[in-house]
Amino acid sequence: MTEIPTARPLTPAETEELRARQRSRNRAMGLVLGFLVILFFAISIVKITEMARFHS
Amino acid sequence: MGTRIMSQAKTTTLPTDWRDFFALTKPGVMRLVIFTALCGMLAAPGSLHPVLAFTAILCIAVGAGGAAALNQWWEADLDAVLKRTARRPLPGGRMQRDSARDFGFALSGLSVMTMGLAIGWLAAGILAFSIFYYAWIYTVWLKPRTPQNIVIGGGAGAFPPLIGWIAVTGHITLMPVLLFLIIFMWTPPHFWALALFVQIDYSKAGIPMMPVVAGEKSTRWQILAYAVALLPLSMTPWFIGGTGRVYGLAAFLLSSAFLWLSIKVGLRTSTPGDGMKPEKRLFAYSIAYLFILFAMLVVDRFATLYGLQA
Repeated sequence: MTEIPTARPLTPAETEELRARQRSRNRAMGLVLGFLVILFFAISIVKITEMARFHS
Repeated sequence: MGTRIMSQAKTTTLPTDWRDFFALTKPGVMRLVIFTALCGMLAAPGSLHPVLAFTAILCIAVGAGGAAALNQWWEADLDAVLKRTARRPLPGGRMQRDSARDFGFALSGLSVMTMGLAIGWLAAGILAFSIFYYAWIYTVWLKPRTPQNIVIGGGAGAFPPLIGWIAVTGHITLMPVLLFLIIFMWTPPHFWALALFVQIDYSKAGIPMMPVVAGEKSTRWQILAYAVALLPLSMTPWFIGGTGRVYGLAAFLLSSAFLWLSIKVGLRTSTPGDGMKPEKRLFAYSIAYLFILFAMLVVDRFATLYGLQA
């Protein structure tokens, strides 16, 4: 949460730092969401299989 | 009345690094949480599909992370005073306070919901209570009020093996409660050993930690008292037939060493410049003690499963 005064335009280095942070956060968020999709899919398959086995 | 002109500098805020969010979950503490939960799960009678077992461990870890984030949101001012915690994301100025709060609530909610849907609502209910216990009962209510904060707060760290066990069996029995009680009794001597050599920090922050309030001598006696109680308690799973002699013997040896180190701490008076070596040794050993004790619980279960003991 570093604050950069912007009464002036951001310097190229500051812009790059801002973009790098955004990229890194987006990547982390993408990985977490992708992992959750796979996890919930796997849980669903296991639950359905267990239920099918229970009823047969 | 004069006119007041307020000028506000325009600022752009850099987004918080994801590593700071990760740090908010106290990854160091999480190692012990994951390990004890896994041991509780492996030692429980029964089995769980590997995907569900992984999910249960993940939920316990994420729930603990959520509680840790809420703890740091609430204690940001206090953390800034303590040398040990001054560089955390909030006192370090790398994150907004509301972000920590929202992150904590999101992790807590997600972990409880997933536990309920994937494993069962009893495990989910206990997980929810453990988060509430740490974030509210311990952090908000007891820590600033009583020197017994660590005793009751120890309950928060004692939940993971209980939840791990219940995730497998689906109901509460005496064995998981005993595992809870072992960590509960282990926490005060573990933490007070640390508090003895960092007590100056706590008095500065106004936290009623036992060495600050009751004095060093009383704290030393209480460390010893808990270590005495821990010896028979750690062996109770064997006494009631919940484990075999592999665990029973390991618990006896490990707890005897714990008691021996506690006697050295309990019966001595520190002198300026003595380095507090017995206290540091007890603190370091206490961490190894819990890891090995719970590992032996699993070893014992597998020894029984494979017919290596009666």
